[in-house]
Amino acid sequence: MNQEKYLSKKVQSIKPSGIRKFFDVANMYKDIISLGVGEPDFDTPWNAREAAVKSIRKGFTQYTSNSGLLELRNKIAKYQKVRCGLDYDAQDEILVTVGASEAIDLALRALIDDGDEVIIPDPSYVSYMPCVVMAGGSPVAVKCELKDKFSLTPDNLRKAITPKSKVLILPYPNNPTGAIMTKKQLEEIAPIIIENDLVVISDEIYSELTYGGDHVSIASLEGMQERTILINGFSKAFAMTGWRVGYVCAPKPFTKAIYKIHQYGIMCAPTASQYCALEALSSNLNEDFKDVVEMRNQYDMRRRYLVQELNDMGLETFEPQGAFYVFPRVSSLGMTGEEFASELIEKKRVAVVPGDAFGESGKDFVRISYAYSIESLKKAMTKIREFVELKRIQK
Amino acid sequence: MDKIDKQILDILKNDSRFSAKSIASMIGQTEDVVAQRVADMEESGVLVKYTTVVNSELTGDDYVVALIEVKVTPQSTHGFDNIAREIMAYNEVSSVYLMSGAYDLVVIVEGKSIKNVSSFISEKLSVMDNVISTATHFILKKYKSEGIVLDKENSKKREVMI
Repeated sequence: MNQEKYLSKKVQSIKPSGIRKFFDVANMYKDIISLGVGEPDFDTPWNAREAAVKSIRKGFTQYTSNSGLLELRNKIAKYQKVRCGLDYDAQDEILVTVGASEAIDLALRALIDDGDEVIIPDPSYVSYMPCVVMAGGSPVAVKCELKDKFSLTPDNLRKAITPKSKVLILPYPNNPTGAIMTKKQLEEIAPIIIENDLVVISDEIYSELTYGGDHVSIASLEGMQERTILINGFSKAFAMTGWRVGYVCAPKPFTKAIYKIHQYGIMCAPTASQYCALEALSSNLNEDFKDVVEMRNQYDMRRRYLVQELNDMGLETFEPQGAFYVFPRVSSLGMTGEEFASELIEKKRVAVVPGDAFGESGKDFVRISYAYSIESLKKAMTKIREFVELKRIQK
Repeated sequence: MDKIDKQILDILKNDSRFSAKSIASMIGQTEDVVAQRVADMEESGVLVKYTTVVNSELTGDDYVVALIEVKVTPQSTHGFDNIAREIMAYNEVSSVYLMSGAYDLVVIVEGKSIKNVSSFISEKLSVMDNVISTATHFILKKYKSEGIVLDKENSKKREVMI
């Protein structure tokens, strides 16, 4: 039996993840220093872990409501008010999801009909494009360039818009570039979004990890909250990737539609995980975000170190303002990101991710994650420097 | 000691081989400022020594460490200082701390074998004037030392997802 022929055309059209493919190769080598992982190297704060254990001991082992624990939604509402100045009704404008990943999928499925175009900054996180395709939409990549600090410029956005455009995905702070959109930059694109009647899916999962100033949500701009589906979660801010808790904040009709899909497909986010998230959020709201600040300071130190090291060895590296990635350009060595990454593993046993895994515009770059101890980063930088010097001589 | 000094110390405590240039980039100062701060801290004695942490489990040498609780009679004029100074003069002794609680001093002793450490205690330490009693605890395994995890068995592997 040829099982392949039974697979849906949509699924067949989706390419496997470039990161995954690359690391299947990387894993064949021993003693690799990996700078490839996109999750915090910290553990979930202890009190949050304890809260989850307690909830299990107390026997809170049933489903929660489909939208998630009301207590947790109340805290999310408070958090959005405190951090972004946004008002969301915990009752019917907030929904707890299984990670921000589920939220992205749901938001797209709730909005897209066959043929609708979804504009996606390029480079970006690898899930958007396949999720758009699965929802029946057509992804449209907008080039974001180093010269613009990888922000989404009004001109490039305008060029991508057609009569079929319906949704703009706004993933800032950005994985893989570390770019952010400042308030001013958001104010420049907001009128274009409104004028062309687009809905924004704003993926703000890295919102707590900004280094130059506080994160600004596009939903906080005048006239934008009504057309924004804000997505965030606990994975990056509170080092909670394995718990799988994210959420959606959006106007009632959007939330209601998302709720429908979530209800039939997922039921609810895991109960113990929701108690963990509740404690992480409550304690940080009460104590000036001390866990977040501590982690952010560590990331910031590593970020500065990497930018200095990479530029010093002659790889042009833009100073990222958010997330935990640096995105050096390697084309000055006469190589693509893919060639650089492959040869770096082979010669120096250091794994970084080729930039084109995140879209065509990333092909001259590699992504380096600094969710690693400073010791690992230092070792890796020594090896990358040796490699770069070797390539220079060969060139 | 201000915030900059503390930041520099935090980095050096973890890895004393970071250059002034690297430290400068990490804390957002100039290389000159960092070099000067380090020189000042060396001068004033804040930075005592740049050393290494050795995982003795892997060096193949025979090696034991004992932690000894010592009760002593304090002297009227010098308190515990004289006796502590006498104890620390021995080469076998790596650390001496004055403690609060049920005993007075903790003495950490390193030796080649249990016999070796035992004879130091019975022949040198416990017979000292003013030492009332000792209680010896041998260290069986080091999981974490000087802030560094030595037991890698339980280290986690993070997966590259997508």
